[in-house]
Amino acid sequence: MIDIKKTLSDKIKTVPPSGIRKYFDMVIGMDDVISLGVGEPDFVTPWHIREACIYSLEKGFTSYTSNSGLIELREAISDSFHNDYGVDYNPEDQVLVTTGVSEAADLALRAVVNPGDEVILHEPCYVSYKPGIILSGGTPVPVSTTRDNEFRLTGEQLEGAVTDKTKAIILSYPNNPTGAVMRKQDLEEIADVVVEHDLLVISDEVYDKLTYNGKHTCFSSLNGMEDCTILLNGLSKSHAMTGLRVGYAMGPPGLISAMLLIHQYTMLCAPITAQMGAIEALRNGEADMQAMVREYNRRRRFFVTGLNRLGLDCFEPRGAFYAFPSVESTGMTSSQFAEELLQQQKVAVVPGGVFGQCGDGFLRCSYASGLDELKTALERIEEFLS
Amino acid sequence: MNEILEIIEQDPKKDPSEIALLTGYSEKEVQTRIKELEDSGIIRKYKAVIDWDRVGEEYVYAIIELKITLGDRSGYDKIAHRIASFNEVRSIRLISGDHDLSLTVRGQSMKDVAFFVAEKIATLDQVQNTVTHFVLKTYKEDGVPLFEQEKSRRLAISP
Repeated sequence: MIDIKKTLSDKIKTVPPSGIRKYFDMVIGMDDVISLGVGEPDFVTPWHIREACIYSLEKGFTSYTSNSGLIELREAISDSFHNDYGVDYNPEDQVLVTTGVSEAADLALRAVVNPGDEVILHEPCYVSYKPGIILSGGTPVPVSTTRDNEFRLTGEQLEGAVTDKTKAIILSYPNNPTGAVMRKQDLEEIADVVVEHDLLVISDEVYDKLTYNGKHTCFSSLNGMEDCTILLNGLSKSHAMTGLRVGYAMGPPGLISAMLLIHQYTMLCAPITAQMGAIEALRNGEADMQAMVREYNRRRRFFVTGLNRLGLDCFEPRGAFYAFPSVESTGMTSSQFAEELLQQQKVAVVPGGVFGQCGDGFLRCSYASGLDELKTALERIEEFLS
Repeated sequence: MNEILEIIEQDPKKDPSEIALLTGYSEKEVQTRIKELEDSGIIRKYKAVIDWDRVGEEYVYAIIELKITLGDRSGYDKIAHRIASFNEVRSIRLISGDHDLSLTVRGQSMKDVAFFVAEKIATLDQVQNTVTHFVLKTYKEDGVPLFEQEKSRRLAISP
């Protein structure tokens, strides 16, 4: 018999378990739960995209693709960034199609991090970055963003976290879990610090299409930033394709080829069926996407107003599909609030601390649910608070 | 304006106060705009989509295509308005292709519908010929599927 504990690598033992797991286990087996704990759209992938996937199967496209992804898809990705943000990436050697953005983030970290390198990340943030940095041998350096500054990262904060060991910074706006966005001037502050210290920026912009009251600024569209940025994005959120797993990375050819090296020896390529769907999504998906954005925006207004009315202070989230209310007024901790709310009223939310310590005292509530569900959720929260 | 219409098209019963929350307009503004939309005829009518089969009401529907011979000075509008006046006619459209007008007709029985076509429609001077397709089953009506949709398999909690 092997001793499992001794068998596991030292590195895996240093990776903290996901805080989300606990709530997932609690919800399992409960009936009639309204879940605001979901990090994906409630829309089903638009039919024309699913149809393209089906058609590709009918035609027998079930082989590997080029490691970098189908050239038609890389061209469509490149075109969309040219059109949306005026940034140009050569589909031949500057675009890599991955199995979701998560893989792209992992590749980027593994391609650049040496043992002892520090990688700065702003918290609260998506749960995978920190473990990703640890698994790649680096040291995560979290910077806390605050409610007062609507969870934006400032140049000053970044400057304060830079040491001579800093290798890179992970930017993720529009932000999961807060719904925060960075305006152009906020990003320019970051760019100044990046230039001064020769940092690499890994910018995860998977929620770029989901912004309300103002268009997203792509980090690599800022002056000089294209050469020091690995841009990550995908179709999961914009086209409701989470389970199809299509993401991509774009950046300087030297960095993309290093990422490709790992990708070709591990994942090989993203699934061809999903890539075929992604081509259709990028070529003909604009109208469906806009309709989904309009619908999210309505729910956002409705839900955020509702939370504030209940005394759960919530700043206006201008991106993604999350509201991030504070539970301070209730005198409860966010974990306590989340657990009791689930047990008493069967509404699932995720406590902010899961996304970094500075998220304590807040809840991540996803409004990617039908309006009727949001309405019932607000009623149940009201009942819970009374 | 279109935003309000999009919401009302989905759910005409929605309260103006809720539409205000969804759009960011004030409740008063929403009421004024809806009134304008009604007065100008942009909103024609508020209707429910009913699955009559479930009620047990055995309506018979038919799609009827008509070939029209235009008279000296009358265009399609005139004959279309005339046919539209029958209560049995649920919709009428000018179409391209082999036929000119396409009607949806509702009756209490097949005999009822057949009779209506033979007596009221085929007898009109301008109607050259008719083709009647009886509806066997309706799967989607006005954008609303009438069959059960599969439940979402989305996990309750995900990152």
